[in-house]
Amino acid sequence: MLRVEDINVYYGAIHAIKGISLDVPDGEIVALIGSNGAGKSTTLRTISGLMRPKTGRIMYDGEDITGVPAHKIVGKGLCQVPEGRHVFANMTVMENLELGAYLRSDKDGIAKDMEAVFEKFPRLLERKDQISGTLSGGEQQMLAMARALMSRPKLLLLDEPSMGLAPLLVKEIFNIIKEINAGGTTVLLVEQNANMALSIADKAYVLETGRITLSGTAAELASSEEVRKAYLGG
Amino acid sequence: MDTLLQQFFQQLINGISLGSIYALIALGYTMIYGIIKLINFAHGDIYMIGAYFGFFATTQLGLGFIPAIILSMAGAAIVGIIIERVAYRPMRNAPRIAILITAIGVSFFLEYSMILLVSPQPRTFPAVFTPTVYHFGPLVANSQQLVILISALILMVALSYIVNSTKAGKAMRAVSFDADAARLMGINIDRVISMTFALGSALAAAGGVLVGVYYNSIDPLMGMMPGLKAFVAAVLGGIGIIPGAMMGGIILGVVEAMVSGFLSSTFRDAAAFGILILILLYKPAGLLGKNVREKV
Repeated sequence: MLRVEDINVYYGAIHAIKGISLDVPDGEIVALIGSNGAGKSTTLRTISGLMRPKTGRIMYDGEDITGVPAHKIVGKGLCQVPEGRHVFANMTVMENLELGAYLRSDKDGIAKDMEAVFEKFPRLLERKDQISGTLSGGEQQMLAMARALMSRPKLLLLDEPSMGLAPLLVKEIFNIIKEINAGGTTVLLVEQNANMALSIADKAYVLETGRITLSGTAAELASSEEVRKAYLGG
Repeated sequence: MDTLLQQFFQQLINGISLGSIYALIALGYTMIYGIIKLINFAHGDIYMIGAYFGFFATTQLGLGFIPAIILSMAGAAIVGIIIERVAYRPMRNAPRIAILITAIGVSFFLEYSMILLVSPQPRTFPAVFTPTVYHFGPLVANSQQLVILISALILMVALSYIVNSTKAGKAMRAVSFDADAARLMGINIDRVISMTFALGSALAAAGGVLVGVYYNSIDPLMGMMPGLKAFVAAVLGGIGIIPGAMMGGIILGVVEAMVSGFLSSTFRDAAAFGILILILLYKPAGLLGKNVREKV
């Protein structure tokens, strides 16, 4: 579904991503793990079109989307939930969800998806008219994911969904990610919480200072000595 | 005592009509600031260009007030879009000071191009209304004041509707709050910015036509002072906040009218800029501004 081929990304003079290649097969959950500053978010931002790679190619659904602006990529069914949620804090929960469906004009379909999303996130239904800036961190994460689902993504990019959340909430969020994937959406998941990420992923890549150092099935990586020492606390 | 009270209400009427013109210009300032964080110092000149569009529409094309104001708003909207496209978009990622200086450059460019094109001589704006004076008890208001008030009110209601209830308005608010997140929703930022310039410029142009109607005289440098005053109004209400710009404009107009009426009209500019100093000292975020608005 998504193939990243040898991309190099720069922030000014800083070479942030040094020749990364990834493969996200249709229907799977692929995790990208690594410590702070390894380049995980930059990789996602490049895929979703917020940044441009200097060299390399990004293939999505058989189409070259390298350098296509972010707002056009969303229309192709590739949607990113940014790190730190980035909900529109000055708008209500409903308005946020409506913006998620910005590119769609099928009123009935939107209404149906809105219901489905509220079923998945019942807490958002309770708060649908609340200004989203007043939601808790976990609720904001749910809103950010729900908003992305409103665009009917085929591939969902999730950037640190567990960030700053209590363990119980992290579990809940990860269960929802599994559910979303079971519904047919492919997921590329970026996480510092390698334990949780590997527990739901099919496949994973380990990123270190802009390079991929390890890759394999989630089970392989979870049992690998290196990964356990560096990311799993033992 | 009675005459004092009467004068107070009279100045209130004058102030509100002047203030609604400031408000129309301030809205454009605040919307453009909200979306690209630029103090568009050329905005006062868009207002001047709007006045000229209105002038030519009435004198050359023989249009009445309403078609003239609509034509002027449409013309200014196009000018606004072109200015953003040519002067500001290439500077999108430049330091803030560079784009601010560009705005000052654009302002001079518009002023002196107009001097070249239409001559620096003031023009007499044709009387599009028969000047009727209405008496409300001891108070008087003329037809121009009523027209200004009603037009400004209609435009502000229309703007509020666009911003709060339409899809395009939601996209504008989204971009102004978080541009990257908006792009991830599929919102074309460049289009939203163009639309913001179009709306802001159209409102300023309406202000220009109304001032032409009110004072009967327009000239290529007429935008300088109202431009600055509208900037004060936008800051007073809280820059980037749309209801703030409306409120700031009206307050500023009323204060100026009161100072002119009770002290001396030579003090009115001092009062306007005194307000700017006070607000920056004591409430820099503006009357409706909050310093903290987001829970992370």
